[in-house]
Amino acid sequence: MSKHTPARHGMDLAGDMVTFRLSGEVLAVPAAQLREVLEPVQTTRVPGAPQFVSGLVNVRGSVVPLADLRVPLRMPHPGGAEVSRDAADDARILVLELPLAGQASVVGVLADSVHEVTRLAPEALEEIPAVGTRWPPRYVAALGRWAGEFVTIPDLPAIFADFLAGEAGNSHRPGEAGNSHRPGAPAAGPHTDAEG
Amino acid sequence: MDAETLAVFRAETEGLVETLEERLLALQATPEDRELIDGVFRDLHTLKGTGAMFGREDIAGFLHDFESAFEAVRSGAAEVDAPLVAISLRARDHVAALLEAEGAPGGEAILADLARHLGKEAGAEEGFALDLGEPPPAAGAGPWQLTFKLPADTLVLGGKPELVLAELRELGATRLRARIRDVPPLPLLDAAELHLGWEVELPAEVSEDAIRDVFLFHEQGLELTLARAEGAPPPAQPAPETSISPAEPAPEGPTAAAQPRPAPAAPPSAAEPRDASAAAPAAKPSAHMRVPAERLDDMMDRVGELVLAEARLVDIVARSGDPSLVAVTEDIQRLTAAMRDTTMSIRMTPISTITGRFRRLVHDLTSKLGKRIAFVAEGEETELDKTVVERLTEPLMHIIRNAADHGLEEPSGRAAAGKEETGTITLSARYSGAEVLISLSDDGRGLNREAIRARATARGLLGEGAEPADEELFGLIFAPGFSTAAEVTELSGRGVGMDVVKRTIDGLRGAIEVTSRPGEGTSVTLRLPLTLAIIDGLLIEVAGERFVLPLAAVDEIVELPEALAEPGARGNAFLDIRDSLVPFLRLRQLLQSSGVPGPHQKVIVVTSADGRVGLVVDRIIGSNQTVIKQLSPLHAGVKTFSGATILGDGAVALILDVPQLVARGRLEADGREAA
Repeated sequence: MSKHTPARHGMDLAGDMVTFRLSGEVLAVPAAQLREVLEPVQTTRVPGAPQFVSGLVNVRGSVVPLADLRVPLRMPHPGGAEVSRDAADDARILVLELPLAGQASVVGVLADSVHEVTRLAPEALEEIPAVGTRWPPRYVAALGRWAGEFVTIPDLPAIFADFLAGEAGNSHRPGEAGNSHRPGAPAAGPHTDAEG
Repeated sequence: MDAETLAVFRAETEGLVETLEERLLALQATPEDRELIDGVFRDLHTLKGTGAMFGREDIAGFLHDFESAFEAVRSGAAEVDAPLVAISLRARDHVAALLEAEGAPGGEAILADLARHLGKEAGAEEGFALDLGEPPPAAGAGPWQLTFKLPADTLVLGGKPELVLAELRELGATRLRARIRDVPPLPLLDAAELHLGWEVELPAEVSEDAIRDVFLFHEQGLELTLARAEGAPPPAQPAPETSISPAEPAPEGPTAAAQPRPAPAAPPSAAEPRDASAAAPAAKPSAHMRVPAERLDDMMDRVGELVLAEARLVDIVARSGDPSLVAVTEDIQRLTAAMRDTTMSIRMTPISTITGRFRRLVHDLTSKLGKRIAFVAEGEETELDKTVVERLTEPLMHIIRNAADHGLEEPSGRAAAGKEETGTITLSARYSGAEVLISLSDDGRGLNREAIRARATARGLLGEGAEPADEELFGLIFAPGFSTAAEVTELSGRGVGMDVVKRTIDGLRGAIEVTSRPGEGTSVTLRLPLTLAIIDGLLIEVAGERFVLPLAAVDEIVELPEALAEPGARGNAFLDIRDSLVPFLRLRQLLQSSGVPGPHQKVIVVTSADGRVGLVVDRIIGSNQTVIKQLSPLHAGVKTFSGATILGDGAVALILDVPQLVARGRLEADGREAA
């Protein structure tokens, strides 16, 4: 396993990270991207929108799209696109600042619960193992360990860029591209042979 | 200059540069207008003075000759003509450039042109224009005796007496003496105060106005006496011909000894010069304020948060039931609503804020193209959100440029066609339903239908032998690269940049319509939805979800007959409204809503491009003021909505895009029929 810290798309994976839970998994995003954490608010459905961004929320007077990472990461989502009802008490919305189509944008991301802002030591960040993960590898920037659990660091820039390019999320199941380990797929490179 | 001073300086000068341009352009149409001439002079003088005050001697120096030229005009010794206006406009641009970047080049050429125009050799810089057009001094009039004292707080307020003295020296002042009799004894001396007065002798040929203008910035609290010496040595305290002090209005009417002075339209009553020139907006305390746009955006965001906080408060108060709390809450609700309305109205800008640039463009094109073009603007008061107005400038400039270059004929061609030699480009703006229509029409030769068709066919934009309607054909001139080649000269320019127009208007979710009649002219109409702006919305409910319809698109609301409550087997759904058949669409289907509709569904009849269409909804909630928020790029693929808004209770509601919705409903109906 390589020891170096993957830092693709300019993500500084060595900095403070926010850990949160989604569909039973622990995920983390750079704290620098986090603007605030909201308790669940009324979500407005956008008829005709892809499931990945099927809702809108009001964040301090701005209309912000609400993204469901379970769709591109192909996690089970019991209650449709909205905040899972069973996790409603702990459910939160992470308000992130991300570049979309070259413009700084604000996006809400659903979480079943938010844990803490923590620093994942560089050694704790590992590149994606070749086997044993069911996420589309190109959407995973790195894996880490936190409080005895695996932490997935989703590659948000890649996920949103793909979506905007019409590759992902437009269908309810994101394309098979993630599975096929195309040689060109960024994350797949070093591990392509291991999978065959 | 520190940042704060610089900001003040910029705000002041930018306003002046703008009014100067407006006045110069107006002056071109009415060169005799005394108020305008005075206004131009005042702008020039104030610009010069402001420049000097803030240490920008480059600006002050550059403007000196222009000021002098207009002073001559003002005194009636010279006239305004087209070249003078043209040179002055260039000067104005140069000042704008100097404000942008110190040391911007090009000033000397302009000064040289001015000098040439005035019949003087370039190089006669120093005050050459001062004697320009000055009436010869009346026989027997002696040199001026000027005594003045600036207000004591001049230095504190940043005034510079040395600049006043320097200006007087430029006028040819001699025998400059300081009067020290008001200087207090040392223990009482406040070094920050100005105690000195001055006595100055000025040449007889200098006009009284020229002298008084030196004190333009020191009118408050100025003590000044000015008299002719009559050849004889002046008395110690000369009987003033005009004495000026703020407390006592200047006695008008020269004494017998006085020389008749050149008569400007508004004799500068020095006691209250600001009111005397009421015609000059720049001289009045301005009713307008320049505010950075970001601050307005910030304010809008705060108001949005305030509305949300208010909604929460209302909720809590309703539960508590405390009467005094209820009363306060009602006050806060009322204030918040007013605050919201005011903030929104601040963001609205009339089209007139950009038409000045078009006037200027047409003026420049007139001389460049050798055509005679008049620019007329109608409905300039039509308001749009400032963002939309700003984004419209570029496309409208393109269209005007094309109309002037290719639409309008040469004066000879116009005469041959039996038209007035001066072509007219008209900009008209008006509200129409939920849209703002901005038309640019010219009375030129019109589009060449055949040439466009040939070109479109050659470019593959049109099938061989196709016979498109005018509307469709003319729309092709906005296709990218429609006419990059110059072979069809009449059209060549019409293609250049026109795709930029299309892109911008598309970005604003607008549409472009072109009409043209051979020999009569072309009209380009931009239909802009009131996106990015504020609309009166109709709040409706479909399957428990709320949506907003632009109220302006709504014709009428009727009840859906029970017989039609359920989607029937029949593909066609028509309502009989006062003997006319109106097709209708069920929003429950279009919006993929779940559940079954209750009784008493309503039909909102809207006007679309294809006529009246009914939209079936569950319930009408009411009308509301709707701030349109753009959807994120993540929802760019969803065309049915023109944006979203935040409702009073903090929830987000989508705004229905009526033309898109109707088009989509039609498409789905067609699909069902085909299946």
